[in-house]
This record gives sequence, structure tokens and C-alpha cells, in this order.
Amino acid sequence: MSEYKLPKNEKIDVEKILEDLENYAPKRKGWTWREPSPELDMGPFHYKDCSKPLKNSVGLPTAHYFENIDPQPMPVITTEIASGRFEDDIRRMRMAAHHGADHIMVIRTAGQSHFDGLIEGTPQGVGGVPISRKQIRAQRKALDMIEEEVGRPINYHSYVSGVAGPDIAVMFAEEGVNGCHQDPQYNVIYRNINMVRSFVDACESKKLIAWANMAQIDGAHNANATAREAWKVMPELMVQHAINALFSAKVGISKRNICLSTVPPTATPAPCVYMDLPYAVALRELFTDYRMRAQMNTKYIEASTRDATVTHVLNMLISKLTSADIQSTITPDEGRNVPWHIYNVEACDTAKQTLLALDGLMDMVELKRGGALDDKARELKERAVLFLEEMLEMGGYYKAVEAGMFVDSGYYPERNGDGIVRQMNGGVGAGTVFPRKKAYMAPVTAHFGYNNVAQYDKNAVDNPSKLIDGCTLEKREKIVYIDELDETDNCIERMKENEKYRGGKWLKPEMEWLADGTVLMTMFFPVSKNIAEAAALEVAKKFNLSDAEVINREIMQAEEGTRIELKGKVNFDIDMTKLELPIEPDIMSDESIRADIEAHPMTVVCGTVGQDEHSVGLREIIDIKHGGIEKYGIKVHYLGTSVPVEKIVDAAIELNADAILASTIISHDDIHYKNIQAIDKIAREKGVRDKLIFVSGGTQVTNEQAVKHGADAGFGRGTHGNHVATFLVKRRKELKDKK
Amino acid sequence: MKRADDYKSRRAHLEKMSDSELKEYFWKLTEKLVDPLIEMGKNNTTPAIERSVLLRMGFSSLEAKPLVDGAIEHNLIGYGVGNVVYRFAKNQNIGIREAGLKLIKGESWAKAEELFKGEA
Repeated sequence: MSEYKLPKNEKIDVEKILEDLENYAPKRKGWTWREPSPELDMGPFHYKDCSKPLKNSVGLPTAHYFENIDPQPMPVITTEIASGRFEDDIRRMRMAAHHGADHIMVIRTAGQSHFDGLIEGTPQGVGGVPISRKQIRAQRKALDMIEEEVGRPINYHSYVSGVAGPDIAVMFAEEGVNGCHQDPQYNVIYRNINMVRSFVDACESKKLIAWANMAQIDGAHNANATAREAWKVMPELMVQHAINALFSAKVGISKRNICLSTVPPTATPAPCVYMDLPYAVALRELFTDYRMRAQMNTKYIEASTRDATVTHVLNMLISKLTSADIQSTITPDEGRNVPWHIYNVEACDTAKQTLLALDGLMDMVELKRGGALDDKARELKERAVLFLEEMLEMGGYYKAVEAGMFVDSGYYPERNGDGIVRQMNGGVGAGTVFPRKKAYMAPVTAHFGYNNVAQYDKNAVDNPSKLIDGCTLEKREKIVYIDELDETDNCIERMKENEKYRGGKWLKPEMEWLADGTVLMTMFFPVSKNIAEAAALEVAKKFNLSDAEVINREIMQAEEGTRIELKGKVNFDIDMTKLELPIEPDIMSDESIRADIEAHPMTVVCGTVGQDEHSVGLREIIDIKHGGIEKYGIKVHYLGTSVPVEKIVDAAIELNADAILASTIISHDDIHYKNIQAIDKIAREKGVRDKLIFVSGGTQVTNEQAVKHGADAGFGRGTHGNHVATFLVKRRKELKDKK
Repeated sequence: MKRADDYKSRRAHLEKMSDSELKEYFWKLTEKLVDPLIEMGKNNTTPAIERSVLLRMGFSSLEAKPLVDGAIEHNLIGYGVGNVVYRFAKNQNIGIREAGLKLIKGESWAKAEELFKGEA
């Protein structure tokens, strides 16, 4: 067994993950829900709907205001990762886990559905990863370590569909995969796989899913993404959910592990909450025994990440007002097809942020019953019931599919005659279903249906694998592990190509693959869309970016300007060993600052200077209640906002102050630096500059620029009282020593 | 099929149902659709199911495929390919893997056919 442990404060070593995989066994099997932590106190707050906090994680950007807490909402949070190179995805999984993802869903490479058997080795994928035993084992091994690091089990997930569903289900059960998509309707409608084959295969797959205690997600959301007007398929969606849910339960999956992949069907500018909420309510009222996996609306997703993020947040409002056991976070880049690390992390943060914001909401708010909500929910349920009635009249599921009942754009019972039609004897894998004979037998565990074990051993009927002294599900050592089949298309070769960038010296920007060199540029041109797009490509050329492509364009006003986002690749390396690293601010302990002030009292005057009404930042630095400099005993004279520069200098002279603290938030036309310059000049003219410490601050202020314009120091975003107090104490000593 | 939305007339028989009756009816209808699908699953097999059985018996994916192909070719898949390997192994008094590998080589299918001759 591999001895590799995930090192603290170090990058994960993918080469070590790949070592000795043939002997790796997953730590555990089965799906894990988050552990509730009701009435949780964290930092200054009390939470109603949170789960057990993590050991190690990255909080929201604002967490530093609140003691760096990182509360975790109750739903499992999914992230979908698939860059085509599973070895690079491993690092992304660690990042996502630290941002709160505990359900890692790996998208399969295009075409795997029609691959009749298991894919082996680690070929590169397109739009996803070829799911193979080696790839699964490597990622599960990495996740086994990552989950220990963050302190919460991570559910690993991929797809049990296509013509090799049962093969994949066995492999998943053996390798500790915790969740999967399994819905024979997906095969039938979207992959044109023979319907009888799909349902017969699905029985075996689901039996294995049940054995491995995996969570199962259905494929109904695809109807939503496919239909021309997605909100019109709501009755059909309920039917699809019901068929897969009950079918799965009858095969043996616990209803608590059967998840509906439900999507709020529409998006703005539609009045989407009004339309989506009754659907969500109807679904939850019909499917009380099952779980809800709240998928994002992807049908109406555009290239604007802002737009996609708002849709995501509105979708989560629906989740909160109804319920969600698993919250999806399709990356906000879905609309422009750039599956990058940063978007996985962003989407996890969006989910966490929204769900935390809505914590406890249902203690105060309830859905209004007996009105439009109930009427609409009832209508949807009735339309679904009528759909089921007609399917039965037609002669059952297969006949209904042959009649084109599914993904018709009409709002059922309306029919537009544009549904997807499949034939019972058509599609991939037609003619490959064989009746089991009386002597049919399979000497293995988790096999579905007729199995004449008794012909060999009556005592083995309840445990067929007894006939062969245990199958792989009991005896792992019987699994035959295949490493690679293709000598050139595999992860070892790919990693050789970018080995240079794993040594700690050479660096390149990266969006999805190590050293891919990809950068994203946002720019605005004061011209129309076409010109802006061409101009952006010209910018890329002058920047020497290769593979430049405009991935988003938004009109500000048709003639006045266009926002452009452009991706491209840089063609140079950065030598990390030669970088000048920014110096981290040194901070004295509270006790030593306090002792210094006690021994030598200090007075400061402060205010926001110029025509500037911002006060929050400065108050954070001075107020005792925000941990500001007052708490060290520094005497603070606050002059308010829009203080003329001359006045602040005069006040310092009058009060015989040690220091001036000038806040400058407005930065338009560099007014912040002009004000800094003015204060320095006036203080010089009045002959007090040498005696005064002059500190400037503001969100757009940098130390370098502030000093250049005449301040002793500049403090920007992220500054706290202790940073400023440390500087004041040290600077005063310097001035004293100079004398 | 094209049809205007006739929901209002079509729903007449549902109107009097309470919400819980409607829910019960929804699941009863679903069950009627699902039960025949389950029955087909119980009584049929496919190449993928048989490969999944062979995987569990300790064969690799590369070995499972030719075993299933051979069984189809020799009209034995209806007995279960795992069963074919099992019975052949017992008959030859060899291990499961050894039996499977022999069949993959192609020389023993006649023997396997003989072992199931006349069997329903």
C-alpha cells in the first residue's frame, strides 16, 4: 500500500498519487450526507440550518470581518469537474473541497455512452474525462486524503449510463464511488440507446448501486435543457422523475438515496420565481419519500458570469423556500465553455454564501397557501397525472416513447408533434436482449432478477457468490487491475510534457491544465460590438497572446461601448526563484503596542479628506469596537468627512498631535494621491512635517504610491487597526532615534 | 401528434380528488408503467449484464468481452455467461479464471455447448 500522505502546506503530489495504484483500496463505500449542527454558534453569530464545520477550509472573502469563520450550510454541495485531464482535476478537487464542495462530480468524455465495455488506462478526454478504473482509483485515493484534510467525507460521483452501465456500476461499487447518475430514460431519449436494453441493463446497475449504498441522481433535468421552451415540460419532468424513482426503489435502492435532479425550469427576464416555485412545491409534495438534488438552470445560461451567478442565486432561493438535499453549482462559465478552476471555486462560494445568507429564513417566512401557489401546483400535478394516464392508454412506457410523448414542446396535454421518437427495436444495442433460460445462473453478489443458483447448491441461493468462494465485491484481491493500454495517450506521457512546471522553479498562468498559460482579460472599448471584438483580438496580438478568443461581449450602449472578455495564452515562463515577493506587514502584539502607548501617550487627528463622504473604512481603523487604534489607548480626534486638507494639518498643530491619519476613498482622476500630496505640502509650508507622522489610507491606496506622494505610509484594502498602530509606534521610535 | 391544450376538459375526473388522493393516484399509475419494465429486467439479460457478472467473477474488462461474444455466438448467453464458465470449470475440475481463459482461446466452446445440451 502507498505510504504517501497529503503534506500540510504543500502542493498535492500527483505523481505520488499515481504510484502503487494497483494495490489501493478505497477507505469506505457509500454516500454520506452532512452532519447537522443545529443551533450552531460560530464567531459572533448563531446559525439555524448549518452542518458540522470543517477542520481546514477557505472562508468567504468577507470572513475576515467575522473572526474568519466558515460555516457550512446543510445541503451537500456539488462541483462538476472535468477538464479532460484527470491528473490536473485532482488539484482542482482539493481547491473545491476547501471552498465547501463535498460532492465531486466527474463529467465523462464525449462518446463514452456508446463505448461497449469499460475504458481502461488514462486517455485524454474531450469535454470530460474517460472514466476508467485507474482514473477513478487515483481520484478516489486523492479524495480519501483531501477529505481528511478538510474534515468531512467527500462524495465522488460519475455516470452509470450508456451501453456499459452494468460494467461501470460494478467498477464503481468496487472502487468506492459514492454517487452516480443512473436513469435509463437518459439513454433512450438523449443517447438513442435501445430502450429495452437500457431498462434491462438499468436493473442490474441499480442493484449494484443499492449494494454499494450509493446515492443516485436521475436524468430528468436534461428534458429541461433540451426542450425549446423549458417551462412547458414541467408535467413531463414529473413523469420522468416518477418512472426512474419508483423503478429504482423496486430494484432495491433505498428511497433516501434516490435523488431527483430537479431544475427551476425558467430564468430571468421571465418572472422565474413565480413560475418555478409552484413546480418546486408540486414536486416536493408528490415525492415526499425521495431526495432533492437542486440542479441549476443551464438552459438559459449565457456567457456573462454575473448573469449566471444571479440565476444560480435565484435557483437557491427556490431551494431554500422548498428544500434541497444536494445543491448543484454548475460553474458560472457554462455559457462560454471555459471549465476553469476559478469558476468551480466561485460557484461553490456562491452556493455557500447564498445558503448562509438564507440561514434560518424559514423560521420567519412561510409560503402562502390557498392561493396562486396551490392552484398552480395542483394544475401541474394534474397535468402529470394526465400524462401518465395517456402513457398507459398507449400501452405503456415503450409505446409512449414510440409515439413521441417525451420532450414535446407543448405544455401537456398540448402536443406540438416535435417530441423525440425512438423505436423499441431501434437504437444502439438493438437486438442484444436475451431471455434468461431456466438454467440461467450468475454466481455473484448484487445480481438482479432470475438466478437459478439452487441447481448447484440450495444453500447458496441467498449468497450466490458462495459458489465461487466470493466475488470481487467480497474479495477485492480478485479484481483485475489494468494500468494503461495506450503507450502514447496516457497521463504519464502528458505529465512528462509539463514536468518542468512541477519542480518549484518554473511557473505559468493556469486555468485548467498545468502550465496551460491561459489568461483572461476584461476590457472596455468605446465602440460598437463588432469593432470592439476586433480591437480586443488586436490587443491580444500586441500582447503576444496565442489562441486568443473573445468569450464574452456585452453591449453597454450600442454606440458608446462594449465590454469584452478575452482569453489567450502567454508564451513565456516565470522563474519563481527570481521573484521579488511582497513583504507581509509586520504586526506587533496588542500587549506591546499598548505598553508603548501607555509609556508614551499618543494623539492623532484623522478624517476623510477632500470632497469625500466615506467614513466606514476610517472608523474601522480607529473605533474601539472594530478593534481600531483607540483600543491601545491612542487618543483620537476624528474630524469627520470632507475635511479640507488644510484643516487637518491645522488641527494636528493645534492639538500637538503625533500623527495625521487621512482617509481618501475617492480615487477618480487620482484625487486620492493629489490630496496626499497637498497634505504633505501644507505640513511642510507650516514647518511641522518633520514632527508629524502622516499616514494615508483607502481602498485604492497602495503603500508605494502613498509614500511617493509624500505620506509616511499608505494602507489599502484589508488593513486593520493593529497594522496602523504598529506603524505609528515604530515610526515614532524612528523619528525619535533620528533626533 | 398535434393537439391543442385540452387540460380543462381532460381533468374533469380529477377535479374532485383531494391532494392526497391525487398523489396516491399518481403513484398508482406510475407503478402500472414501471412493473412491466421490472419484469423484463428479471427475465432477460444483455451483454453488459453478463460482462458485469464476469467482472465480479475476477475477469478483466478485456477478458469479459470475448467471453460474452463467444457465448452469444454459441447460443449460450441465455444460461448466463458466468454460468457457462462456472459449469465448464467444474466439469474440467479447474479454477474459474483458468476456465475462462481457455474459453477465450476459443478451443473449448464445443465442450461448453455439450455441457448445456438439452437444458431449458
